[in-house]
Parts: sequence; structure tokens; C-alpha cells
Amino acid sequence: MFTRETLRAALLSLVFALAALAVWHFATVQPERAAAADDEYAQLMGRGVRKSDGFPTPAQLGEAVVQHLSRPFYDNGPNDKGVGIQLAYSLARVAGGFTLAILVAVPLGFLIGMSPLLNRALNPFIQVLKPISPLAWMPLALYTIKDSSVSGVFVIFICSLWPALINTAYGVASVRRDWLSVAKTLEVPPLRRAFRVILPAAAPTILTGMRISIGIAWLVIVAAEMLVGGTGIGYFVWNEWNNLNLTNVIFAILVIGVMGMILDFVFGRLQKLVTYVE
Amino acid sequence: MAFLEVQGLKKVFPGAAGRADTVVFEDIGFGIERGEFVCIIGHSGCGKTTILNVLAGLESPTDGVVIMDGREVAGPSLDRGVVFQGHALMPWLTVLKNVAFAVKSRWPDWTRDRIDAHARKYIAMVGLAGAEHKKPAELSGGMKQRVGIARAFAIQPKMLLLDEPFGALDALTRGTIQDELLRIVQATHQTVFMITHDVDEAILLADKILLMSNGPRALIAEVVENTMPRDRTRNTIFNDPQYYRIRNHLVDFLVNRSKLYQSGAGRDGDRHPPVLRPGLDEAEAPAAAPGRQGEPPPLAHKPAALVVNLR
Ligand SMILES: Nc1ncnc2c1ncn2[C@@H]1O[C@H](COP(=O)(O)OP(=O)(O)OP(=O)(O)O)[C@@H](O)[C@H]1O
Ligand SMILES: [Mg+2]
Repeated sequence: MFTRETLRAALLSLVFALAALAVWHFATVQPERAAAADDEYAQLMGRGVRKSDGFPTPAQLGEAVVQHLSRPFYDNGPNDKGVGIQLAYSLARVAGGFTLAILVAVPLGFLIGMSPLLNRALNPFIQVLKPISPLAWMPLALYTIKDSSVSGVFVIFICSLWPALINTAYGVASVRRDWLSVAKTLEVPPLRRAFRVILPAAAPTILTGMRISIGIAWLVIVAAEMLVGGTGIGYFVWNEWNNLNLTNVIFAILVIGVMGMILDFVFGRLQKLVTYVE
Repeated sequence: MAFLEVQGLKKVFPGAAGRADTVVFEDIGFGIERGEFVCIIGHSGCGKTTILNVLAGLESPTDGVVIMDGREVAGPSLDRGVVFQGHALMPWLTVLKNVAFAVKSRWPDWTRDRIDAHARKYIAMVGLAGAEHKKPAELSGGMKQRVGIARAFAIQPKMLLLDEPFGALDALTRGTIQDELLRIVQATHQTVFMITHDVDEAILLADKILLMSNGPRALIAEVVENTMPRDRTRNTIFNDPQYYRIRNHLVDFLVNRSKLYQSGAGRDGDRHPPVLRPGLDEAEAPAAAPGRQGEPPPLAHKPAALVVNLR
């Protein structure tokens, strides 16, 4: 499990990280200055972190990380919430939109995959709708739904739908004929065939679609929240940019990356769980 | 009327755009008695799998009927167990679950314990006791094929259809499983229709061997009755002079005569093909088959005997 190779790779990763930090440090570190005014400004802004001119140093980021992580869930009104709370808002929207998308995509994909007629009839619509940037739906969503938070969920729904739908249809359509023949000769009724033969056979492909969907959803939620504001990690980034607090922006970027990695990891695990060796 | 009656069977696959349709076979007629083991031999692509699919009900014939046990075959049925060429096990299920899936389909009302016990019995029958919880990917080719056989037997069908079940196996493994199949079939008096391309396998297992001419427009040219004693085994079969007579007849058909039917020569309408007993009534060789009869082709001593002697 823990082979020489992985150990060496880990060491090398560490070296790369340290090198990057060093470059960053020497590129941004400035001679110490009297920072009284800055401190006052920072106080005004309601942030403990010292605001510096220019790009933050690794040390400043480290400070910010410690500070945010020690108080992730505080709530001082609409423009000052802990990063944990913002993250929770984003995750809740992604979870809502994604779940709805799966609830639609998997059954519909099943039908499309089983029926060549339906496949051909719906294909033009899918081909036209698929390449539309999910954010392009935002005005329509805001106009009809009239709630920014729900609109965010809707955008996530739209962007999660296509990969899950297309992969489900493909997975169902390419179930091996042999297995279907087995089911036929055993006179397996349609529902049992769907759940006991087609679903497990197509599950790896379906989960691939879901994994792509959740990845896209996480990309889109940040942009969507920047657009509609209010809450969420995307709004947090936008807000800190308006505060000119680059340290917090970088911290948020880091959080977004780590969260995306965790989501991908979880779906990778699920995928492994349903994958079979032929 | 035989247990399984096939009459005037014809299958046409529509040609791709602009091309002519292919008549795979026509005027196919034969019968299988209850408890009989019938093999069909023919060159690749002549339509053996298509016939089996029609018998299974997976494919509908263009013309003709299949009647089993007095009723017309109109679709797949639990009455006919199929062992597929590529084993067709579900790779996400264990051996036990694969067989249990079939058992549950046959007897939906059984309890789980009863289903498992029944499945285990058939897994043990093919010599795989102990491998119940393995996935197909962890099994050798021969073991997978045996699970396929266990699955087909477990539903206790009225008839078994086997599509080159041992095609992908090495000679030693094939021999072992042939013995097992023979033992099980004799114990259960199962009616079997089996495709093979191995002449020795057909002589060992079959009571009756259908010889299929080359396609397109293939037909069953002859039915060869196996006149060797039923208690034959792989070890004794080579000591019987009758074995060589049958073998020579089959090889002669495959090498020389199978292609002569193509043009329509030797076709004599919709009726059952002539039944032959090589070595015993050579004189009654079909007038319709214009091949050489008398001298055996030079293939009489195939080294397959060596393989058998190893065991
Ligand atoms: N779905 C199909 N559409 C068109 N032609 C087909 C189809 N299935 C089979 N054929 C044709 O029918 C003929 C017989 O095929 P079949 O699979 O029955 O042959 P076979 O005797 O089983 O051959 P083999 O010994 O190689 O398995 C072949 O020429 C094949 O090209
Ligand atoms: Mg075949």
C-alpha cells in the first residue's frame, strides 16, 4: 500500500509546495513599515487580519487561515459570516440542484437509453440545450422564480442535468445484449430487469455522469453566487474583493479548491463501489 | 410428433441499405425426442446460433414453426434454459447470486434460504462448491462456463440450449467439463440441443448429430445417429472402431460435402433430412449427397487422442 513510489511522490509534492511558497514569499515580502494607519483601517473594516498594500505574503495567508478556521461559524450580519456558514450555503444549493437534476436525469436517461425512438426524438433538444452556459439562464430564473437563492439552485439543476442525463442514456443503451438475453430467457419482469440487470450494468457510467455533474455544479455555484449575491462562498469571494482583502480572496480560493476535491473524491469512491470487472 | 419439432424454419436478415437480404437458412426441419442429446455441427457463419436463438425464442423466424411439448414457441421461456457462448454471467454478482437470480426468476415465491440452498446444490453439482462468493472476474474461463451451466440447470428447464459452451476452453478443461455435463445430463435425463464445432465432442455427447451445410441458404443436410453405446466415456471411445467410422463420416461432410448444398443441389424440399448410421448402413448413403463416400479421408487419427490419454 505505502510503497516507495508513493513515498517519493509525496516527498516531491512537498518540495514543489515549499518551492512555490518560497517564490511567493520572496516575491511579496516587503520591508517592515509603520502600519498604524493600516491597523486602524483594518479595525474599521471589522477584520482582525492586517490589511497590507499589494499582494499578501504566505505568512499573512497563514494567519488568515488560522483565524477563519478557528471561528468558521460566526454570524455578524449579512456581510460578515464565517466561512463555514458561507460554505454550507453553497453546499446546500449544490446539493439541492444536483439532487433534483439526478431525480430527473436518471429516470429520463433510462427511458432514452431503452428507447431508440425517444433517443432520436429528444436528441435535438439535448444538443441545443447542453452547450448553453448555465449562467445564461439566470435572468430567466430570476424573473420567473423571483428568489435569488432558488435561482441559484435552478442554475445548478440545469448544469448538473446534461452530463448525468447523457451518461445515463449511454450506459443504459450499451448494456451488453447477453445480459438482456439472460433476463429474457428467465422471463424477468420489466421492473426487476430495470433494477436488477440494467441499473447495475449501467451504474459505473451513470456515476461517471454524476461525477462530472457535481464537478460542473461546484464550478458554477461560485459564479452564480457572485452574480446574485447574498450568501455562499462565491458571494464571500466577491465581498472580499470589494473589501480589497486579497488575503481572504486567496483563502476562499483555497477553500473552493479543497471542497471541490472532496466532492470529487466522494463521487470517485461511489464510482469505485459500483464498478465491476468483466 | 417429437418433443421438439422444427418445421420449415427460415430466417432472412434484411440487407443493409441497397443490398440484398441474406437468407441465412431455409427448409430447416428436425425433431428432438425427450431426453435426447442433439448436437449441431456446421461451418462458421452457417446460422447455428441463429437457429438456437429461434429455439430459445430470442429471435423470431421469418417462416416456419418450432413446437415444443405440443405448444408453439413464441418467445423466451423458463422452459428452455440457455447457456450462452460467452457465459453471460453478470459480473457484479457473485457466483451464488448469479445462480440465485435465475432461481428467483423461476420460483419468485420461494424464501431467500430456499433459493440459496437450491442454487448451492447446482453450484456443487458443477464442482464449484467453495467458490460461491467469488465474482466471475475471479474465476477461470472453465469455471465461468460451469456457473453458466449451473444457472441453466438450476431452473430445471424442459430443455437446455447450449451455444458452443466449451468453445473458448483448452482441451484438458473441456474434457473435464464434458464429463461433468454428460454425468449431469444422464442423471437428470435432460433434453439438450448443443452447438459445437468439435467433431469429437459431438460423438462423445450426442445421441444424434445434425450436419448443417454452408450458408447462405443453409439447410440440415443429414442427421447422423450415434450408434455407440450410451455408457461411452472419453477414455473408451477411441477403442471402438465405430468411433472412427462416425468420425470419418462427419469430417468428410465438413471437408468435402458441406459446400455442395449451397447451390441448391441436394435440396429436396421441406421435409426431414435423411438419417444415417455410418458404418452400419453405409449403403443407404443419401442419394442427394453427391460427395465421396467409400474411402475415409486422411484425417482418421487426429492427435486429440493424446490429450485424452494424458488424463
Ligand atoms: N442480426 C443480424 N443481422 C444480419 N445478419 C446477421 C445477424 N445475425 C447473424 N447474421 C448473419 O447470419 C449468418 C449466421 O450467423 P450465426 O451467428 O447464426 O452463425 P453461426 O453458425 O453461429 O457461426 P459461428 O459458428 O461462427 O458462431 C451470418 O452470415 C451472419 O452474418
Ligand atoms: Mg455462433
